[in-house]
Formats: sequence, C-alpha cells, structure tokens
Amino acid sequence: MIVFDQVTLTYAETVVPVLRDVNLRVDEGELCLVVGRTGSGKSTLLGAINGLVPHFTGGTLAGRVTVDGRDTSKYPPRELADVVGVVGQDPVAGFVTDTVEEELAYAMEQLAVPPDVMRKRIEETLDLLGLAELRNRALHELSGGQQQRVAIGSVLTAHPRVLVLDEPTSALDPTAAEEVLAAVTRLVHDLGVTVVLAEHRLERVVQYADRVVYLHGDGTVRHGLPAPLFAETSVAPPVVELGRLAGWAPLPLSIRDARREAPALRAQLAAREIPPARAIAQPSGPAALRARKIVVRYGDVLAVRGLDLQLAGGQVTALMGRNGSGKSSLLWAIQGSGPRQSGSVDVGGQDPKDLSAAAARRLVGLVPQTPGDLLYLDTVRDELDQADRESDAAPHSARKLLDHLAAGIPDGQHPRDLSEGQRLSLVLAVQLTATPRVILLDEPTRGLDYHTKHALIEIVNTLAAEGHSVVIATHDVEFVAAAADRVIVMAEGETVADGPTAEVIVASPTFAPQVAKILAPLPYLTVSQVAQSLAEMQAS
Amino acid sequence: MATAVSRTTNPLLLLIVLAVLGLVISARRTEAPWARAFKYYAGMALIVIAIRVIFRAVFASGITPTDHILFRLPHIPTPSWYAGIQIGGPVSLEAVLSAATDGLRLACLLCCIGAANSLANPKRALRVLPGALYELGVAITVAISVAPQLIESVLRVRRARRLRAGRTSGFRALRSLFLPVLQDALERSIRLAAGMDSRGYGRAGRATPRTRRLTAGLMVAGMLGLCVSVYGLLGGTTPRLLGFPAMLAGAILCCAGLALGSRRVTRTSYRPDPWQWAEWVVAGCGVTSAILLFVNLGYDASALNPSYYPLRWPTLPIIPSLAILIGLIPAYAAPPPSRAPRTTIAADPITAQKTKMAA
Repeated sequence: MIVFDQVTLTYAETVVPVLRDVNLRVDEGELCLVVGRTGSGKSTLLGAINGLVPHFTGGTLAGRVTVDGRDTSKYPPRELADVVGVVGQDPVAGFVTDTVEEELAYAMEQLAVPPDVMRKRIEETLDLLGLAELRNRALHELSGGQQQRVAIGSVLTAHPRVLVLDEPTSALDPTAAEEVLAAVTRLVHDLGVTVVLAEHRLERVVQYADRVVYLHGDGTVRHGLPAPLFAETSVAPPVVELGRLAGWAPLPLSIRDARREAPALRAQLAAREIPPARAIAQPSGPAALRARKIVVRYGDVLAVRGLDLQLAGGQVTALMGRNGSGKSSLLWAIQGSGPRQSGSVDVGGQDPKDLSAAAARRLVGLVPQTPGDLLYLDTVRDELDQADRESDAAPHSARKLLDHLAAGIPDGQHPRDLSEGQRLSLVLAVQLTATPRVILLDEPTRGLDYHTKHALIEIVNTLAAEGHSVVIATHDVEFVAAAADRVIVMAEGETVADGPTAEVIVASPTFAPQVAKILAPLPYLTVSQVAQSLAEMQAS
Repeated sequence: MATAVSRTTNPLLLLIVLAVLGLVISARRTEAPWARAFKYYAGMALIVIAIRVIFRAVFASGITPTDHILFRLPHIPTPSWYAGIQIGGPVSLEAVLSAATDGLRLACLLCCIGAANSLANPKRALRVLPGALYELGVAITVAISVAPQLIESVLRVRRARRLRAGRTSGFRALRSLFLPVLQDALERSIRLAAGMDSRGYGRAGRATPRTRRLTAGLMVAGMLGLCVSVYGLLGGTTPRLLGFPAMLAGAILCCAGLALGSRRVTRTSYRPDPWQWAEWVVAGCGVTSAILLFVNLGYDASALNPSYYPLRWPTLPIIPSLAILIGLIPAYAAPPPSRAPRTTIAADPITAQKTKMAA
C-alpha cells in the first residue's frame, strides 16, 4: 500500500538529511507504528506519505514514495485526499468548520461526493466512532478524546485506504486514549484500513502494532515485526523493558502476554521485600503550602469545588484525573495568577493572591501547559539574563540553574529552535531563578520521549532533595509511577483519592502502570524496582 | 430595512425601525456566540449618536438668526486661515436635533447590520455563496475563526506573562506579548492550511488558466457595475439613468462570471439549506418594505425628511410606517430557534439574507 523507495529527505538550509535511504513497505490492512526519539524525523516520515513533505514544508526529496500506486512527487496532498487521511498532532488546529456533522462532511464536499452518498457515509462514520449523540455539537465544546475522534472521522468519511495519525493520544487521559485506540483498531480489523501511527507513549499502542518502523535518529530506519525489533530499540515501553530484564522470548508486547510469562518472576519476587520506588527519604516538617476551601468558577461551571490541599517540602505530588477535572484551574489558583472565587492559600504566612506578581512567583512558581508562552526573546542568553533581572538574582544564576538541569544548551540559540525537553528545562530554570519553595508543573511530559522523561525525573528528584515541594499535573501513568511520592486524583473539581503513589495507583484500573498490572498482586510500580530486587537477589 | 433607513431622516420612522429590529431579534435569536453581538452593535450605535451631537455642538456651524439658542459654549477664536470652522459659540436646538436624527440614522444602519449578524451564523450564510465565490468564502471563514483564537491566545500569553512577573504595559511588554501570539497564530494557520490541503481543498478540477482569468475579469467588472448602480439608486440625488443600466450590466456580467466559474467547480455541498415558504415570506417582507419606501407611493416625500425650519413635530406618514412594520412578520413567520441547532441554523441565514437584501 505504501512504498518508500530509497527516500532521502533534506530540509532547506540544513546539510544533514532527516531521512536517509529509507526503504519501507507497509501492506494493506496493517497497523504500522512509527517510533523514535523526539526530533528523529517521525513527523517527517508521516508527512511524506501524503506528500505534505515536501510539497507543503519545502525540502528536497530524493527517491520515490508511492501510495496505492500514486507517486507523491506527481500528486500534491489535495489530489491524494481520497487515498490518504491525515490527522495532525493537534486536532483542533485542523478543524475547518464548527460543528461535528459539517466537519465530517468537509472532506467529502471537496471530493465532490454526491449528496446522498455523503449523507449515508456520515451516518456510518458517526456510528463507527461512537459520535452519534454529538452530531450537532460545536467542536470547541467537545472533550479532547471526542475532538480526536471527530478529527479521525473527518478524514474517514472520504474513505481513504490509508490513515496517518501523528500522536493521537498525547493530550488525552488514559480512558480517552483507550476510546480513540479502540476506534482505530476497529478500522484496521473490520475495514482493512492501513494505519500509520506515531506515538511517544508506546505503552498505550505497542500491543496493537503489526509492524514497527524505528528511526535511529541519524536518518536511517529499521522496520520489522514488533517483538524482534523491540528487543534492541533505545525507546521501549515498560512491558518491553520488563521482558528484556526477565529474558522473556519472544518479547511480550501486551499485558496479557506478559502476565502469562510472569508467574515464575512473581514467585521469585514474592519472597523478597519490595524496594521503594523512589530513593528519597520522606520529609517531615512544616507544610510548604496550605490551601483551604479553594473554589474556582468560570461562569456557571464550578472547576474546583472547595478543595483542601497541603504540600510538604521535599515531596513530589502528582495530580491526576481526566481532562477537564480541574487540575489546571487548581494549579493556577494556588499560584495566585488564576481566578479564585473563595478559599485561602498560605505559603510561609502569605497568600500569593494578595501579593504582586513578582512577589508571588518567589513563593510559588508555575510552568504552564505550553511553556513556550513564557519565552519571548531572541536567544537563550537574553531569556536567562532577563530572568536574572526579573528575580533580582545575581548575574548568571539562571544560567547556572539551566546547566544544572540540562547542560549544553548554547547561549545563541533561539528558544523556538530548542527541543521540547530543552525548552521545558529553560522555562523551569527561568522560574526557579526566583527561588520559589513550591513548584507547579502543568502537563510537562506532553511530547517528551522516554529519555527526556527520565531526565525530567532526575530534575524533579534534585528539586525535591533541595527541599522544594513539586506538584505535577499529568496523564502519564508511567511517569507518575517513577516520579511521584504522592498522588492526588481529582474528579469534577474534588479530590477523590489522596495518598502514597503505590497505594493510590496500584488499585486503580485506569491509573495502574504496566509493571503493576503484570506483577499484581505484588505492588511493584517500575522496572527499576524489579531490577533492583533481582540484583539484590543475585548478590545474596 | 437599511434601505428604508437610508431614505428617511424622520425620527419617528427611525424609532419604529429600531423597535422592529429589537422585537425580531428577541424573538428569533439563538444562544450561539455570534448571537450576542447585537448588544455591541447597539452600544456602538449610541456612541455614534453621541459623537455626532457633540461635534455639532462644539464645531458650531450653520446657525441661523432664527434659531432657538440653547446655551453658549466658550468661543475659541481660530486663526484667520482657518476661518471656515468655529470652535465653541452658540448651540442651537435645531442644530442639535438635526445632528441627533442624523446620528440616529447611522445608528439604525448599524443596528440593521448588527441584527443580520446576530441572527445568522456567518459561516452558514457563506455556504449559500455560488461555487465560483467559494475561495472567497473560505478565506472569510478562516478569518472569522482566527479572531476568537487570537483573543484566546492573547489571554493565555498574558496570563503566562504574569507568572514571570513581566511588565504588562509599555513597548517592551507589547513586544513580549505579541511575539508569542503572532507565532502562535502563524503556526495555527500553517497547520490549518496543511489540514485543508490534505483533505482535498483546492483540487484542480477542470479549469484552465484562461477560463480562470476570464472568470476573475467578469466578476470584477460586474461588481464595479453593481457598486455604481447601488450608489445611483440609493443616493436619491444622483441621476436615475446611472442606476438601472449600470445595475443591469453589472448583474449580467456577474452572472456570466459566476456561471463560468461554477462550471469548473468539482465540489458538492452537504445538506444545503432548504428554501421553503418560511424563507420566501421572510425574504419577501424585506423586499416589500424596501420597495414601498423606494417608490414614493402614496405619501409626501417631504414627510420622510422633515425640515427643522421652522421647528415642528414631525408627522408620521402612514404607508412608510406600515412598510416598516412589515419587517415584524419574520419574527413570527420564521421558525423559532429550537435547542436542536439544525433547524435554528437552517432558518437563520435567511432572516439575515432578508436584511442584507434590503440593505
């Protein structure tokens, strides 16, 4: 269905090709998973399938890409619209109309599908993706998972033979992600659609893949069946890492397969005491932040309903809950910059809401969901100098912080050109220059690969060890298992669970990490815990 | 309705127009975001009246000896080379009144446009455009959806700026605010363009460059003709001769262009709005009231534009009033907006069309 023949792609103004000598063949009805680190060319590879690269982005493509027998060098993306459907990273950015039904019809209108056929296909698509009740709703009122399903539906109505999805679940909570993936697998199994999908959170998708394309990061590509390929990739989900550690062959990719292999390992581990998931000693001392009866209201909607919260210094707290459960509103309200209708916050005897912005950020620092919003100067150096001035800190203190968090970000680079992880580090350094005791991170793991997440965990650990209290709002279960001491689960603006990480997430069907599911009832959370346990076993 | 307004300065008639507009809107408005726009238009209308009156009072002109002087503002002498304009001086009742009615007329026009806007989904209204104008329609659609997104990203970035305790005023703050917003907007539009492209927008169809150029030429010429004719017809003082022939020529050219352009379009539209008797009634009412006021039938033309010299209470001409009251019918004839957006939207662009047609 899709054939890459000796494809080399070089963007203008760069010397190093993003893709080099790529030979690839994806057959009809396959679900092909594209994996690789951030910046390894995943999006470029996906874009090349329908000709957006290079027709739209520029650059030089040598070799040949054919889809369903059509050469993308001769057909621009719009002429391939009846064969390839593309859903980008941010579905909202691609919406052209404003209601669900019109959005579904848009591609068909462009393809001049007769009205009666259009009507029929829309009804079919609404049923297929479970959107029937939403047909008249405005697109901006939908939840993230619903929007993603509409975006998929809007390209499906054109009956494409190939569906290309770029990070379809990165912004979604675990339940919504499952909804979307269930719809995708249904397309593959029932309708024979070929799906090419890129995703950082491999734990969510790896079990559905028929074929994996692995980008090494130097432009070269390997592809093959998932199990043999994952035996040696540098990015791997926890289930694969556990399989590698335990030496299971063939490598299990789903929880179900792994559990079948696991009894021996479970028996081995059952006798041993479980090492703590995190090495840091639990702090005890006065609370760093005490919030009482926080209420946040937008019009008639209560986002946070009288929530109490106490944060200790040196503790990493994860804030979880489905999209729209009030996590972000709570963080902004605590920081003092967001709305707060009632309640009080006490950080060292002061309420950040009553203080000036400059004083508030010395008490509580917040890194928002799109960290780039905080950056506006032309070079990294200017940003760091500005941060020193804003915080009345000694010169170069922001630079020292940044080197401490992520070494080797050059002074002269434009903040926009940094990778996601580097930009996050820069913003974190800017916010830490003000030396707040409490640091709030809103969805920091979005778009980060496993390596960058590990680096972020190191950073968070360092901050906690220095006595900061860190709060992380996230959907990333595996990240929480490795990074957090305490988990708070929110639903409809209220706390529904609050306690040590192991207690809260092991019991939950949606929030349990893969290792916990495989080794249940043993409350292991991370692969490194298992590794430590096995190492101790060998030593003794 | 706007046609009616443009031909009268009679304050009583203008007030009737406003009342009709208010009633239609309150009866047939939806909950959609664009439906809330009317109050901004009304606000703008009030400002227009106020500005008009204040200017007339400050730059006193056209005061005749017979005027009723209300009060005197301190007179500021202007240099001799600027003698045409007086600042300050006596303010007469007549001048203020005529300024107020002039303002009221403008305000009425504004409200008419506002009413059209708040009753119709702008995107939905664009869908009735003929195929040849499709590109224009898409450009407008994108522009409409960009505005709220821009506001949203300005708010987001401003909020983020507070986190950094950045300054929120002055040139540097402006730069620090607009750089991320601009980048945001650019990225968004690039992604939207990529999305539209990969969903088949702008597929070539069967057009050759020659027919495309011909279409464009015909359309421009036709539009020019229409503009001239509208000016000729509504201006009242310009010769009628300029009006009708120009309109005819313009219309023919436009139709030719549209027909030629539509031939090359390879698109279909999904569930187009049905044009039923309710739509006919609504559109008919608009046209009837426009025509009645236009043909000067059965009433004295001077009643439409009452004089202030001598000052007297304006008379209320019967037929024009009735003509305007016809505008009330749509408030009952058009299907009421229900909770299910389908019917609402189907009904609304037509109401808007009526106002637009009349305008």
